[in-house]
Amino acid sequence: MAIRTIAEYQAAGESPEIVFWVGCAGSYDARAQKITRALCTILEHAGLSFAILGEEERCTGDPARRAGNEFLFQMTAAMNIETLNMYGVKKMVTACPHCFNTLKNEYPELGGHYEVVHHTQLLNELIKDGKLKLKEGGDFKGKRIVYHDSCYLGRANDVYEAPRALLEALDVDLVEMKRSRQNGLCCGAGGAQMWKEDEPGDKRINVERIEEAIGTDPQGVAANCPFCITMLQDGLKAKEKNEQIPVYDLSEMILTRL
Amino acid sequence: MLHTIVFVLLFIGASWFAWRGFSRIRRNILLGKAEVVAGDKSARWRNVLLVALGQKKMFKNMLPAVLHLFIYVAFIITQIELIEIIADGVLHQHRLFAPMLGGLYTFIISFIEILSVLALVATLIFLSRRNLLHVPRFRKPELKGFPSLDANLILLAEILLIIGIFSMNGADTVLQGRLPEVYHHTGNFAVSSWLGPALFGNIASNDTLMFIERFGWWLHLSVVLGFLCYLPYSKHLHILLAFPNTWYASLSAKGKMENMPEIQKEVRIMMGLDQPDGAAPAELPEFGANDVMSLRWTNILQAYSCTECGRCTAACPANQTGKKLSPRKVMMDVRDRADEIGANLDSGKFTLENYQDGKSLFDYISPEEIHACTTCNACVEACPVLINPLDIILQLRRHEILTQSAGPSEWMPMFNAIENAGAAWQMGQARDAWKNE
Repeated sequence: MAIRTIAEYQAAGESPEIVFWVGCAGSYDARAQKITRALCTILEHAGLSFAILGEEERCTGDPARRAGNEFLFQMTAAMNIETLNMYGVKKMVTACPHCFNTLKNEYPELGGHYEVVHHTQLLNELIKDGKLKLKEGGDFKGKRIVYHDSCYLGRANDVYEAPRALLEALDVDLVEMKRSRQNGLCCGAGGAQMWKEDEPGDKRINVERIEEAIGTDPQGVAANCPFCITMLQDGLKAKEKNEQIPVYDLSEMILTRL
Repeated sequence: MLHTIVFVLLFIGASWFAWRGFSRIRRNILLGKAEVVAGDKSARWRNVLLVALGQKKMFKNMLPAVLHLFIYVAFIITQIELIEIIADGVLHQHRLFAPMLGGLYTFIISFIEILSVLALVATLIFLSRRNLLHVPRFRKPELKGFPSLDANLILLAEILLIIGIFSMNGADTVLQGRLPEVYHHTGNFAVSSWLGPALFGNIASNDTLMFIERFGWWLHLSVVLGFLCYLPYSKHLHILLAFPNTWYASLSAKGKMENMPEIQKEVRIMMGLDQPDGAAPAELPEFGANDVMSLRWTNILQAYSCTECGRCTAACPANQTGKKLSPRKVMMDVRDRADEIGANLDSGKFTLENYQDGKSLFDYISPEEIHACTTCNACVEACPVLINPLDIILQLRRHEILTQSAGPSEWMPMFNAIENAGAAWQMGQARDAWKNE
């Protein structure tokens, strides 16, 4: 993929319309890399000029801060803000709700003021503005898809409608779990749980969540967060349903309709 | 005369006792760190009006919300009758407001009576739901002992109060028919006009009726005064503290964590982004919170506002999957610890200037509990009075990592990766290697 960094834009005397904040999961996790590429393809298709930070992007510090390591958070945040401000970044999109939350809510106090959107919001905007036209039909038309709200997009930031509007644009047969929107159940990864074993208990949280999803008898699960996707897929594996029920990021579903 | 003296002494005594209790609560709340709560006054008023007064968040669950509303409205409206009881008690009058208000009086008392019946129904349902039905959030370990008793005591007090109201009004109704020159006609009350004759109509002795009327009057008054004195020791403090608590609740996005400006400053100096201002810290500072004094005072206010309903714990993904974490327990622990410190200060065992009783919040809340949190905000969303258990959990985590240098060892590789490689995982590949596929 010919993706340009913001440094390359600047060297050419140009500036992109938006910066794509890829995040650690989107950069390194094999599953999330697919989401990263899907989003890039869509943005290219929509004719939106975008840049990544490449090697200059660092972890936003979300897991460090939530684990309690404020020193590390402040360090990595200060470095990111230095970089973003140096390039004069105004608007960013990210496919990770944790990055989204930190960039949007926690960086302003530290001197980083940007307009930050989650990719489901941006894709929705592009469709509404007619910049992104979806082909008729597609793999998902009429398919029974259950949607999982991530905590950091949902409760943390009150974004419930943008992802659902995309599912509507995809003509899926959207099913909701009993615990959805404000009452959505966590996948189990947040608060730096992703990096540690569970505390002793009866059950893993992702298994509890995927059982609820499976209960809706879906043909697929739609999500908006790379960590949720990992957790939900692990849950499906534990229930030996990973062959029958795929987990998609919304960008991957949109990709099939270009 | 004796009646008036007993009344005034009882009233003053109870008020003094209650005042002492509330002063202690206030002092305990202010054990927390100073915090200036600024920002959008209209949004704060909206929270007080909608969430505390309007009980908006209760209505996520219809049936308990409606039943709770009956008790809540009955409680508030009954205070109008209480004003009359106090005025009658001091002036040794009987139904002082009846001649002044006329038909309006009949209406107000009837309204109180109807709500009292609804409140009685709600109370009986709540009692059986709490004690007979298996509602999981009422069966958690943190409710064993006093918290369960506390809840039942208040429900029983509610029943006593209603018995008081109807014996007073019921006997009065019968007496109005027999001794109109003493018991002036008040118009027909909605419930007592038929309940009174049905219960007490067969009692021939007017003296007995008068006794029942007085019994109801004193019972009503005693339950209210007793309740007032008991409040500072009970979860039912929420009926008062829900109002300030919703006012002081955070207005920012739930996902935003409280910044630590002292660390921000330190890090910026260390990185050469800011110049040191010369003022080197006198002693090694403690970061995060391990006790009531290192939490913010609004955290302690929240702890005292908690009525232990357990909606937070029922919504908690960790709790639902059998982990030890219960957000309600976190709030109860903070309150119990504040009570403990308060009691030690009152007994003169310790002074606030140099408080060292060898204990901390970590004697109440184990690392296992705070490590189980996914920061999902379900507890924050669930609370009907805008309490934020997550904020406290995160301050405890900060203390563990920053001050105790403890915490789950599995987090070390993540910390190292962020510090050394700028990524949450230490990977042997370029950050943009995903482009090459």
